[in-house]
Amino acid sequence: MVKTDRKNQLAPGISRLSRSKVFSKRGLYKIAKTAAQPKAAASAPAPAKKSKKSPFAQNDLVDALTYKKSIFVPANVAAVPKATRKTNRTPTIRKSLTPGTVLILLAGRFRGKRVVLLKQLSSGLLLITGPFKINGVPLRRVNPAYVIATSTKVDISGVKVDEKFNDAYFKSEKETKLKGTEEEFFGKNAQKKEHPAHRIADQKEADKEVAAIVAKVPYLASYLASTFSLSKSQAPHTLKF
Amino acid sequence: MTAFNATGLFDTDARQGSFKRLVEVGRVVLINTGVNAGKIATIVDIVDHNRAIVDGPTTNVPRQIIAFKNVVLTDIVVKRLPRTIGSKALAKFLEKEQVVEAWQKSAWAQKIESRKRRANMSDFDRFKLMRLKKQQRAIVDRQVALIKKERA
Repeated sequence: MVKTDRKNQLAPGISRLSRSKVFSKRGLYKIAKTAAQPKAAASAPAPAKKSKKSPFAQNDLVDALTYKKSIFVPANVAAVPKATRKTNRTPTIRKSLTPGTVLILLAGRFRGKRVVLLKQLSSGLLLITGPFKINGVPLRRVNPAYVIATSTKVDISGVKVDEKFNDAYFKSEKETKLKGTEEEFFGKNAQKKEHPAHRIADQKEADKEVAAIVAKVPYLASYLASTFSLSKSQAPHTLKF
Repeated sequence: MTAFNATGLFDTDARQGSFKRLVEVGRVVLINTGVNAGKIATIVDIVDHNRAIVDGPTTNVPRQIIAFKNVVLTDIVVKRLPRTIGSKALAKFLEKEQVVEAWQKSAWAQKIESRKRRANMSDFDRFKLMRLKKQQRAIVDRQVALIKKERA
């Protein structure tokens, strides 16, 4: 409710004047800014020079009312972010994508490779492995949109995928930017990044069980080692996978 | 490619040697369209030069009038089948003549079957087939080479 005199009320509690009208009549535009000042400024010694026309400084109502008004109404209410009830949840993936499904990768540097799906990560990406020993595809995250799910399943129900293989595990470290340096201009000295040793160990550990299961099924290992491609008179929309 | 033989008046084999399959009562047809596509049925009666009554009690084809453009005549004929025979009696005839077995044995039916199986193969199945065919080729080619060597 807008704070007004009783004479300015149409009925008890109902103001005759609008919010902005009251604002300008009461001269509130003079005091609005002081509240929003940063803490550092407030703790600093009080400014020596004060506006003579400020109603707070002089407490002179006449002076305040004759002060040249601004046509703008400052928003003196601090912006409060809107409360949202939405939460980030793991996206649902299609039913054909279950742990152990053999996938055909369609994009990226391993396109055409047949790989094994381990699980879905909380970001919605799929955790896959070649296994590396079979087809050279490491533990990797892939976008489910760029994948064909085949009907072939590798029974990895007994395999426990380590919890450490989450989205954070695959985040690449950012290189420090070399803006404005000579190195940036001429290019870095060709230093090949070493593949971290712990990754190699993790890969071996994760693949051990999967590769053993794959080896048991006839032709499966060589199937995973081969790449997918379309031949003549094959149309992907008519094929069953 | 069909000669009308409802009357049975002309000797087809002598005069029209190129027509091997005739529209006649007892002729087994393969249905090409509709819900019964892919099933076989037997001509029970002929309606006119475009249509016939077919029935397939052993292949789940209900008795119906069907246009010839929607069926293909097969080589199989149920001999001495009475015209407008009922479904139950027809079923006995078909079982006695082993029509379904004869159809399944035909190269035509087997080709349709293999086409269906191929279309339903998974990616892994296709890969295994490729590998097996490779093995087959290796054996055959080796034998052919040996025979050629002997003859040379």
